[in-house]
Amino acid sequence: MSLLDFLRPRPKNTANIARERLRIIVAQERATRDGPDYLPLLRNELLEVIRKYVHVDPDAVQVNLERGNDGEVLELSVALPEAGRATGTSG
Amino acid sequence: MSETIVITSGKGGVGKTTTSASLSVGLAQRGHKTAVIDFDVGLRNLDLIMGCERRVVYDFVNVIQGEASLKQALIRDKRHDNLFVLAASQTRDKDALTQDGVGRVLDELKQDSFDYIICDSPAGIEKGAHLAMYFSDRAVVVVNPEVSSVRDSDRILGLLSSKTRRAEKGEGAGSQHLLLTRYNPVRVEAGEMMSVTDVEEILGIPVLGVIPESENVLAASNSGVPVIHDASSIAGQAYADAVSRLLGEDVSMRFLDAPKKGFFKRMFGT
Repeated sequence: MSLLDFLRPRPKNTANIARERLRIIVAQERATRDGPDYLPLLRNELLEVIRKYVHVDPDAVQVNLERGNDGEVLELSVALPEAGRATGTSG
Repeated sequence: MSETIVITSGKGGVGKTTTSASLSVGLAQRGHKTAVIDFDVGLRNLDLIMGCERRVVYDFVNVIQGEASLKQALIRDKRHDNLFVLAASQTRDKDALTQDGVGRVLDELKQDSFDYIICDSPAGIEKGAHLAMYFSDRAVVVVNPEVSSVRDSDRILGLLSSKTRRAEKGEGAGSQHLLLTRYNPVRVEAGEMMSVTDVEEILGIPVLGVIPESENVLAASNSGVPVIHDASSIAGQAYADAVSRLLGEDVSMRFLDAPKKGFFKRMFGT
């Protein structure tokens, strides 16, 4: 580093940002990789239905396909907001 | 015993053809009878990188369609008489490559006692890329330390573990290696580029080699002499190391650290 470099603003450590973004997206894509192509669509439609009744975050719905010895299990988990904050809109 | 190795990446422009050329020259230099095949139908380029573009008479598709024998289509390398290039066809017909046809050509190469068959995959995940990996025993995934290349590599790793003949036969995925290209240790140290460790951790497969960014790579492709021939360049040396590791030798990684600067450079240099 030369003397002049002290006068310049230091660039952010973007390598760390890249690494963290990739960790998340790669893990997400691996989870649905071997599943059928309809999984992302299924997840979105489920999310829409759930949101009619409860206000949840877009990433609150997780759809996983587990392969066991006796076949496949579609696992669905929905993280609901804390009680009291739920905003049911059904009517 | 012959081995089929696919050089793949998903993303284009990361150095698949450069890598295919240098690894196959390296294997030939080490005494192994090697064939390198360009699977990029319609966008032939391996011949240019290998410096044999004016000697292409017949290509891969001609052999598959029975218009030429394999012997007629294989181009012997000028420098190594145990190295042969099979050029891609310039046809625009994407269906020119068939699974049967590719399988037959690879079988014939094995009967011809080739030790290594290097398949230079096209970018993408279409038919050409699929066929390049389908018959492979091992895979070298070429990756740049950059977000889109890393993500695409992971996608390719998924295909390698499910869409190859080995995987379909239930023999499990063949061995997979990462090869990082355009690595710039100075930028890694400055936090501007992901490190080898970062990429290795994200993708979860072992690193076969790290090729530092080097002006010699362009010079090599300009002149049609694979960069591994340039023993004075660090990129050439890094490829030679990767060949050793491909052959199972334990060679430690070089060129991962930024060169130390002298006093004057530190005070006044850039």
